[in-house]
Amino acid sequence: MSTTVPAPSRLRLRDVLRVGGAGLRTRPGRVFLSALGIAIGIATMIAVIGISASGQEQLMRQLDRLGTGLLRVEAGSTFSGEEARLPARAVAMVREVEAVRHAGATGTIAVAIRRTDRIPKELTGGITVQAATFDLLSTLDGQVRVGSWLNEATARYPAVVLGSVAAERLGVTGTGMRVWIGDRWFTVIGILGPMPLAPEIERSALIGFAAAQKYFQFDGHPTTIYERSAEESVEAVRALLARTVNPENPEHVAVSRPSDALAARAAAAGTFTGLLLGLGAVALLVGGVGVANTMVISVLERRREIGLRRSLGATRGQIRMQFLTESLILSVIGGGGGLVIGVLVTMAYALMQGWPAVVPPWVIGGTLAATLAVSLIAGIYPAVRASRVPPSVALAMI
Amino acid sequence: MRRVIEAHGITKRYNGSVDALRGADLIVEEGELVAIVGPSGSGKSTLLQLIGTLDRPTSGTVRIDGFSVAELSDRQLSGLRSSRIGFVFQQFHLAVGTSALDNVADGLLYSGRPLRERRTRAEEALRRVGLGHRLGHHPQQMSGGEQQRVAIARAVVGDPPLLLADEPTGNLDSSAGTEVLSLLRDLHADGTTVVVITHDPEIAAWAPRRVRVRDGRIVSDDGPGAGHRQVAALIKSGPGEA
Repeated sequence: MSTTVPAPSRLRLRDVLRVGGAGLRTRPGRVFLSALGIAIGIATMIAVIGISASGQEQLMRQLDRLGTGLLRVEAGSTFSGEEARLPARAVAMVREVEAVRHAGATGTIAVAIRRTDRIPKELTGGITVQAATFDLLSTLDGQVRVGSWLNEATARYPAVVLGSVAAERLGVTGTGMRVWIGDRWFTVIGILGPMPLAPEIERSALIGFAAAQKYFQFDGHPTTIYERSAEESVEAVRALLARTVNPENPEHVAVSRPSDALAARAAAAGTFTGLLLGLGAVALLVGGVGVANTMVISVLERRREIGLRRSLGATRGQIRMQFLTESLILSVIGGGGGLVIGVLVTMAYALMQGWPAVVPPWVIGGTLAATLAVSLIAGIYPAVRASRVPPSVALAMI
Repeated sequence: MRRVIEAHGITKRYNGSVDALRGADLIVEEGELVAIVGPSGSGKSTLLQLIGTLDRPTSGTVRIDGFSVAELSDRQLSGLRSSRIGFVFQQFHLAVGTSALDNVADGLLYSGRPLRERRTRAEEALRRVGLGHRLGHHPQQMSGGEQQRVAIARAVVGDPPLLLADEPTGNLDSSAGTEVLSLLRDLHADGTTVVVITHDPEIAAWAPRRVRVRDGRIVSDDGPGAGHRQVAALIKSGPGEA
């Protein structure tokens, strides 16, 4: 007669996984549906994070490409609230500042631009007519998409260069077309490409200073001055600009850095849409409830199997572990599927927008943690119920 | 002689009022083949639960292979079952979609042996029950008799000193039932202690020792093998066919 107290053996990890997987292998349809719940939740969260991260990456790259060396000088307001004006010589004075590489200016003209003279004056389409200096284009590092930029000759004649948005709104697709500015026809000689750092230029119709003075009595005072310097000297230049432009009243001058707006947008793009993220969390929660539900039903259906395992020598802990492993595997399948779907959605969306697809690496760890948490919470109750099934249910009830 | 089962004055009361067992004594020695027989509701299933350590008596003591059930924790009882008792059930309880080999190997799952060894021993056990050609078959591809033989292989794969069979022929036609009974007799002839629970008088007559249960009490304990040491020899000469 043996005298040692019978001690139950521990299950090897491999056996724990085999036993946990066995219950799922025979019910593939149910596994698919309950894993789908988890997958939708995880996929939503990953897509939200991935798409915002991709958008941010796009803006950051754009910022890198455009550089941050551009400053914009505008007239501020006086103490009495009137609109101040920049001196007519301001551009030339800005060019004198050390480290300034390019400086260009625009002056707003109070006339409307229309496709033809038959269209009422009020329908400007949000397009501003501006006089532009020649080096505006090089200062903004802009491209002429069609035709050519203003030169000494065309600046004196009724010739206009349209910003990209302005051209689109006017329905102008090529050079040689005529548009109605103020009370005369101007010929379109060029259309500019997009200018992310100066969206107001995109919405402008640009004519020469000389033409502006000749046809519209433009007084030559610039409204906005653009200045580009090396990025490392931006702050130094910025400190000097106001005093340079208007030595008598430097407080009437407003200096801004257009790339700051882009940087702010990039920062904003990186903060995920809380609402969508919450939606993903709710989906994940519902998925977890689905897993718990599936497991509870599974325990009810498999009382006989549990009884059998108990009669074969399984301890309560081993039964608990089996069902916990089962919900863990279920959630891992769902989480893995959700990860793949979320990454694919991010890639597809980024591709559509022409963005670089970015899924931050911490998302993988976060997914793993969320999946583990869901499976544990969803699995504990059914597992405890399973372990409480009495072993005698394996016997015949006659 | 080693006592595989030793139960004294065991009672079982359900819900505080229903007495399923009212003081039963039973001693089964190593190498016996015993039929516990009684009609439905007689308490024989409760007796099986108690000697199978699937439940604890309300009063009285049960010792299995020398271990007092009352003194063991739930974990230790699980360990006792995995090493000392093999169960055969009326409904076979085989895992569908799992090969006969792995069903039998699962009989050793909780014994701490590695998978490779479990499978090797499962193959031996299946050959022992005459199913060496069916290792890879799934339960749904087998006849009822074959399924019960797989279940018996699972029960004996760990060489337990005690084999408990609960209505092992209850779901089988008579020829398959005969097959299963002769397999149990072969195992007994090889030295395994076998206890069969049944309501069928014919099966009771087949066993050398018959324990009759009625109204929660053991009313008779007789037969040519009752209490004898040479049960195996007796059964080989064939009195059980009477």
